[in-house]
Amino acid sequence: MNVLNEWAFIGLFAVLAPVFPALPIVIAWLFRPRKPNVLKSSTYECGVETIGDAWVQFRVQYYIYGLIFLVFDVEMVFLFPWAVAYNEMSLFGFVAGFLFIFLLTDALFYAWKKNALDWK
Amino acid sequence: MDEVCTGLCHLLVESGADAGLARFLSLLVGVLLVSGIPLITVILLIWIERKVAARIQDRIGPNRVGPVGLLQTIADMIKLLSKEDITPTAADRVLYNAAPLVSFASVVLIWAVIPFTPFHFGVDLEIGALYFVAIASFGTLAIMVAGWASNNKYALLGAFRVVSLLVSYEVPLVFALLVPVMLAGSMSLLDIVNAQTGMWFVVLSPLAFVIFYVSAQAETGRAPFDLIEAESELVAGFNIEYSGMKFGMFFAAEFLHVFTNGILMALLFFGGWMGPLYYESPLIAFAWLGAKGGLIYFTTLWLRNTVPRLRIDQIMAFNWKFLVPLSIANLIFISLALKVMQELGISPRDLVSAGFVELLPTTVVLLLINGAMTVYLLGLLRKRGQEARRESMAARAALAQAAD
Repeated sequence: MNVLNEWAFIGLFAVLAPVFPALPIVIAWLFRPRKPNVLKSSTYECGVETIGDAWVQFRVQYYIYGLIFLVFDVEMVFLFPWAVAYNEMSLFGFVAGFLFIFLLTDALFYAWKKNALDWK
Repeated sequence: MDEVCTGLCHLLVESGADAGLARFLSLLVGVLLVSGIPLITVILLIWIERKVAARIQDRIGPNRVGPVGLLQTIADMIKLLSKEDITPTAADRVLYNAAPLVSFASVVLIWAVIPFTPFHFGVDLEIGALYFVAIASFGTLAIMVAGWASNNKYALLGAFRVVSLLVSYEVPLVFALLVPVMLAGSMSLLDIVNAQTGMWFVVLSPLAFVIFYVSAQAETGRAPFDLIEAESELVAGFNIEYSGMKFGMFFAAEFLHVFTNGILMALLFFGGWMGPLYYESPLIAFAWLGAKGGLIYFTTLWLRNTVPRLRIDQIMAFNWKFLVPLSIANLIFISLALKVMQELGISPRDLVSAGFVELLPTTVVLLLINGAMTVYLLGLLRKRGQEARRESMAARAALAQAAD
């Protein structure tokens, strides 16, 4: 299979994949009872009425974890080609990859020392 | 499904069909064949999961519908079909309905690159490992969307927690994934399996497997990392507002994800379909892969039903202060040791086609390094545990004194 065909396969798969779970939902839509009322379709709470929206500002801690994750996610994308080329790599490329890892590990330890990793 | 596709394509063109249409049809058949395997497995998985959980908890589990309860899932599906589907008025309708679809699709899509036997696979992408990481993150997206679109405080809180957990554990997961990629010199899953002809990667780097296993357990939201459910704290987490078939889809996706991870670990670390007589017939190869994947899947169920849930701060601290540094150190040590051994001529330059005997010195050295790291880590954990105990004892003593 050539490269174009491979990605055509993935493309077709990606189009069909949401159809599989959609199918039972659509079938259920045909059979299920429909008796909505105001109370039933109100937001779930422990017996009292919900006050306000849930779409509010969220804790900054989640954002910090998100940022640290982003740093590592980008790092990993660069490390994949490094890992693939490992066997044929020159010493320079090998050391360069190491420096890259160390730089970002350094960032992790900085965040650690700043207590950014503690759940507050 | 390489051969099926090309074979069918030729057949259609010969019988006078348009070339483009023939290609499309053969691709369609391939997609349906590959996706059929996870879709059929998931029905069985739900039964296996319930039965195993029941046995571990000293119950019998489903045993009424069909022989040993095998048809229980079908009965449940029929029940779910007749359930009323409630969409809260406050919810964002479009996103609310899209989330279960994305959740399930993200798991099924992984199967596109999974090779079942040496000759039967959907596609052998050159970037298979990276594709798996990319597609798996769609599951995280689905959870966030579900929690946000429900417009419920419990759902949103649950989604926040789960997403921060999933995102964090993706880091050690990918660092562990880099080890087999490095050893095989390829991201294609087929190449990674073939590179294990001489030695399984779990022997060359057991720590990478352990890291991958723990992170995969967290990625699927299973105990001890089951914040995704946390019934006692968040009622049900992100899927609290879902009912009927949409709720069922989230669950089917979770069950399938666990099994998919089992198969992936078998491919990445346990030589996939390698085993006695695997070259005799694709069926034997397929059976080997299924057996290995199933065994790993069973251990994850065992773990899930044995250990209690951790607190979110413990989970996050364990990941960022232990698992991530460990996975980085593991990658550094393995790559450094391997390079030094290659320079010294102890291990072969070409790891992929090297046989068992050629790889033996490399294996021994890498195993020793892994063993030394494990001993050091266990010592570290022991010290940390002692400190924590001493701290809590001191706090308790101070409290008792204050009470007096």
